[in-house]
Amino acid sequence: MNSIILQRYESRDSFLHQLDARVKFITTLLMIIGILLTPQNSWIAYPLLWTVLGILATIAEIGAWRISRLAGLALPFALAGITLLVTTPGNPITEFAGLTITDNGLARFLAILFKSWLSMQVALLLAFTTDFTDLLWALENLHFPATLITVIGLMYRYLFTLKDEAQRLLQARVARSGRHEGGKSGGSLLWRAQITGGMVGNLFLRSYERSERVYAAMLARGYNGHIRHREAPPLTWQMIAPATIPVILFLIIQIIVRL
Amino acid sequence: MLPPILALHIPDGFLDIPVSTVGWVLFLFVLAFALRQTRQQFGERQTPLMGILAAFVFAAQMLNFPVAGGTSGHLLGATLVAIFVGPWAMVIVMTCVVGIQSLLFQDGGLLAMGFNIVNMGIISGFVGYAVYSGINKLLHNNPSAQLISAGIGAWSSVVIASIATALELAISGTSSFALALPAMAGIHAVIGIGEALITVAALVFVRQTRPDLLEANAPTANTGSRWIVVGLVIALLLTVVSPLANPNPDGLERVAEDNGFISKAQEPAYTLLPDYTVPFIESEIFTTILAGVFGVLVVAGVSLGMGKFSEKKQISGSDHTEQTASS
Repeated sequence: MNSIILQRYESRDSFLHQLDARVKFITTLLMIIGILLTPQNSWIAYPLLWTVLGILATIAEIGAWRISRLAGLALPFALAGITLLVTTPGNPITEFAGLTITDNGLARFLAILFKSWLSMQVALLLAFTTDFTDLLWALENLHFPATLITVIGLMYRYLFTLKDEAQRLLQARVARSGRHEGGKSGGSLLWRAQITGGMVGNLFLRSYERSERVYAAMLARGYNGHIRHREAPPLTWQMIAPATIPVILFLIIQIIVRL
Repeated sequence: MLPPILALHIPDGFLDIPVSTVGWVLFLFVLAFALRQTRQQFGERQTPLMGILAAFVFAAQMLNFPVAGGTSGHLLGATLVAIFVGPWAMVIVMTCVVGIQSLLFQDGGLLAMGFNIVNMGIISGFVGYAVYSGINKLLHNNPSAQLISAGIGAWSSVVIASIATALELAISGTSSFALALPAMAGIHAVIGIGEALITVAALVFVRQTRPDLLEANAPTANTGSRWIVVGLVIALLLTVVSPLANPNPDGLERVAEDNGFISKAQEPAYTLLPDYTVPFIESEIFTTILAGVFGVLVVAGVSLGMGKFSEKKQISGSDHTEQTASS
């Protein structure tokens, strides 16, 4: 029943895996900001930034190629930026379907593409090297609202259960919807939507009632509105220092391209 | 064709840093309020209920149905959740859903997460809920009115989320507003139909099985009108911000002129506000804002009037947010 993955984390002993999750989260944000700061037309920056990320991916035993390929997942969104090709004023390069593509337009579009692709790799690095419960623990200790983190933690716990419920509903629908190979799906669009809506309603009730049972079980175990948490050790320089290396490298790259 | 949900999850790189910061501030502000409200509403039950409902939305998004040409309809869910457990709980549920999509699956960026939550949770759900309670009130809250208003609410919630997304992209300069708005709103006007159908059918199912759940969280007359105001304010805000979205406002028109098809551009059948500008007022940005505000108010006024006149059953065009798409 596991047709979708629910976590990218891969358990390894690499240096990146062992870093404190709080440090990793902050470093991730700083690196994304570092990528976004790349000025227009500084093409040399992208291969340099990518090299740093590739080295990190290799250290983390994920592989530079794999992470680059996976980061392509976000690229379909680039369709939203494709309009820049024709709407940015500049010197015309070529015509396509009666629209003039300008050099500035192409430059802006490519820059967005590269930035988005690189940022995605940073986010993937975090997801691959950090267990989700550690990440939540880190967010809580970085003073995200504790209630929210608890709710996300509970959500994560029941994600698998409810995903299986949803898959059982889907399976039941498939079992009742025989059709010829390559034939049309049965019923009208309205009917199909109605069936799906019924499944959603069904799933909602199962979830709602489950939440009532879970709450009762929590009360029975002494829940009083507060969840106790693992105490966070104070951050030391030994924990932070290694994480500053990629950030400093990004900083140097940003300075070089501005010279 | 993209999976529909992808078109709303902004990855990092598409919003610039100031815009992303605004998104985070907006999100945290509303979240803090929502956390307080739900604590009052649900007490200790808050945590398990919200957590499991968030997992529900996530799982419900897997339930799809084939539409046509390989695309399938599925749920965004904000309106449905707002109808079931109220808009404040919806904010927390959608925060968890969008947050986990970004943190676990990189579906939507980390810096962009603020605005992703604002779009798919806050704006979408608030407007959906406002439309739902507004129309529901106008149609005197009978059973069929509830379904009609839920459908229109769900549809508007998807469309308004896409408009907000287009707006943020344009303000960041990563997309042209003139092209992205009609494209985004157009695609999502179709996707929204799937959302509306599923929402209504789910509501029918729950109403038959557990009517008590819906009654417990139904908007009272008082909160109902408050939410109409909230919806109106969001619609107005979006119109006020929209002229800022285009650093290069005549880009498309220039292209059109270059290629000589501006003359071929079809005139709409009727234009109340030609070119979205109010005559006699000089500054272009101000007139655009003014025209937008005027448009929203007219539509809101018309729908209120329609509701007053048509005692029952009239669906009318009383959905102000849907009209924002064109204003």
